[in-house]
Amino acid sequence: MLRICKVIQNMAQDNNILEQIVDRYDGEVGMLIPMMQDIQAEYGYLPLDQLHALAKRLELPLSRLYAVATFYSSFRLAPKGAHDVTLCVGTVCYLKGSGAISEAICREFRVEPGGTTPDRLFTFQAVNCVGACAVAPVMIVDGKYYGGVTTASALEVISGLAKDKAAVQKEGEI
Amino acid sequence: MTVLSNKRLNSISDLDDMRKELLSLRSPSAKSVHVCTGPGCAAKGSPKLYELFCEAAQQADADVEIIPKAVGCHGLCEYGPIVLIQPGDIFYQRVEEPDVAEIFRETVVGGRLVERLLYENPVTGQKAETVDKIPFYKVQKRIALAYNGLVDPTKITDYIALGGYSALAKVLSSMTDEDVISEVETAGLRGRGGGGFPTARKWRSCKEAEGSPRYVICNGDEGDPGAFMDRAIMEGNPHSVIEGMLIGAYAIGSSDGYIYVRNEYPLSVERLKLAIEQAKELGLLGENILGSSFSFDIRINRGAGAFVCGESTALMASLQGRTGEPRAKYIHTVESGLWEKPTNLNNVETWANVPAIINGGGKSFASIGTEKSKGTKVFSLVGKVVNSGLVEVPMGMTLRQIIDEVGGGIRDGKRFKAVQTGGPSGGCIPEEHLDARVDFDELTKLGSMMGSGGMIVMDEDTCMVNVAKYFTNFLQKESCGKCTPCREGLSQMLYILDRITDGEGQAGDLERLEELAELLEGTALCALGKTAANPTMSTIRYFRDEYEAHIKEKRCPAKECRGLFRYEIDSEACKACGICLKNCPVGAITGEKKVAHVIDQEKCTLCGICWEKCPFAAVLKV
Repeated sequence: MLRICKVIQNMAQDNNILEQIVDRYDGEVGMLIPMMQDIQAEYGYLPLDQLHALAKRLELPLSRLYAVATFYSSFRLAPKGAHDVTLCVGTVCYLKGSGAISEAICREFRVEPGGTTPDRLFTFQAVNCVGACAVAPVMIVDGKYYGGVTTASALEVISGLAKDKAAVQKEGEI
Repeated sequence: MTVLSNKRLNSISDLDDMRKELLSLRSPSAKSVHVCTGPGCAAKGSPKLYELFCEAAQQADADVEIIPKAVGCHGLCEYGPIVLIQPGDIFYQRVEEPDVAEIFRETVVGGRLVERLLYENPVTGQKAETVDKIPFYKVQKRIALAYNGLVDPTKITDYIALGGYSALAKVLSSMTDEDVISEVETAGLRGRGGGGFPTARKWRSCKEAEGSPRYVICNGDEGDPGAFMDRAIMEGNPHSVIEGMLIGAYAIGSSDGYIYVRNEYPLSVERLKLAIEQAKELGLLGENILGSSFSFDIRINRGAGAFVCGESTALMASLQGRTGEPRAKYIHTVESGLWEKPTNLNNVETWANVPAIINGGGKSFASIGTEKSKGTKVFSLVGKVVNSGLVEVPMGMTLRQIIDEVGGGIRDGKRFKAVQTGGPSGGCIPEEHLDARVDFDELTKLGSMMGSGGMIVMDEDTCMVNVAKYFTNFLQKESCGKCTPCREGLSQMLYILDRITDGEGQAGDLERLEELAELLEGTALCALGKTAANPTMSTIRYFRDEYEAHIKEKRCPAKECRGLFRYEIDSEACKACGICLKNCPVGAITGEKKVAHVIDQEKCTLCGICWEKCPFAAVLKV
């Protein structure tokens, strides 16, 4: 019973969030992309029920929202990991070796570009140019820029995230 | 100051009064510390430096006014973080946290130089005290970037004090819409986003098109990898873009503006939002601007990660909440663009040039540059060049001057091989054409293009087939898939290029690539597809021998393509230190103390770790 109450409560909350987002743009269909960006900012991804609700609210077919969600690379249809790891594979970073770094990260942490590690530690994105070519190759972890990274230093930074997580878990256990 | 910022400006004289008041509030002995927080310097920790300068300024004696400023990209990113002290134009490079106290004590308060932080000319060994003595800045001419590094991008008052919005005031008080367009026409301004279309002609067509409302768009979807010119302007001096758009909107007769910013640039969005808010508060955006009958407002839309949205019709589709698919352009967007209404789109740098043209006059702008390309162009000069950074040079400068004089030549004493301009739609230009003058038409003749201003320098270690593959892969992934030639043609080109770099190239592959390129150029729907073969075609044109080495001899001359070269240890250079042996993940290296090590080619997986780790450069690529 308690559980059902909680689910209903959550649904009401979600509805509220969606209404706020739609109102922010006066319900304009043209502002679909900003609305979806705001939903993603709220949940970290685009939950299917939210897309359903948004489609209904804007009187658009769900396929239209799905087309947008899959066309643009920044939209995610699955939850992301605890951390964000973004590696630039723009021209300059690539020339300076980020292709190999990307391969090493994927191999070492069993992740694909755009995907999340099996333990949900981080979501890995390989993006085209973050505009910091002067310090290439560039990796961004949770908003912090690391310039001039090498395979070794990139793996080290990411391994640091895993250690932090282990430390937090351990503390929790105690 | 607080009184000032809350005041709405109801007339042009209000703006003049505000400027006078701002200048009078400045103590003549005031010193300002400009900390560059552009992307390059920020990645090296400059925001922390700014905080430290702020702390130091707070603790300083009250009799000297010290203003720390976090400013936009200063250009010489290679030597970041950069700190500039005004007055005096003193330029400190590679500043680290412990240096802050010293700079503050010696230079800001004491008026003495900190020698070791000055820029040292790598050729002459001479120290440069001020900006104009640094070769990197000497040959540059700054119009679009004029205030970058001087104004605090978060303060509209800073921009106004330096003369900001005076071009808008001039337009509103003394120019008709036609006057504005003629002035831009006299200036000969051409679109800086890549196409090079005459800006005045676009504005006039939009003004004369039937339908209302009319829209004005700023394209800030800077998608070319290796380019950050527009980002530097949006983050370093956002008001110059807003002022440019205001002037354009006045000329065209529009009251609705959009700025479309790339998803990867969150700081640009933040800076522009703040700038728009501040301009609205002062009445520089909104209804009845400066008491005139002209009204204009700007909205920001963020991109969602699609390269093709830099194409104008795709961008407009995206603004309408659709997938970014371009449409055929026989109907011009100036007649039927956003929501099928007359729409004028220009890129960030184009807009940022407009206030300077109005203030300085079209003639003066047109006196810079070549016959058909006027003014300056901002480039992000990156790659294997000594001074990576953001540069603005007069049109018509040669590639050699830009690379050697501004860029300081090639890094690590290597040999120049090619320079790539124009992003994924551009091409690679080899050494024999380095004396070509950089303008719209000259670069097109060489099989490349001006593009938005990425300039990527490549040295002898870069494999040109791999470069072509990189761009083709990029474009194939970013192709929207609407038209068949682009969707299928690029996949086929990539498939062939992949085969070549894997050492499985076949006779006839080059001809097949050329055929596909012709198909794309002739039949693709939008500029992305039409120009998509440029990287491959320009590299085949200038580096055919490299392609042939891959195909016929199964050899990569630049030793970049895995499998097309081997690693060997030079027995004379090897000091038998054992580092490679310990690091080899597959145990392919044998050797003992005092005996040169050897790689077992059978076991070697060509991962390159030994090559990276060897402290004596004894591991060779052969």
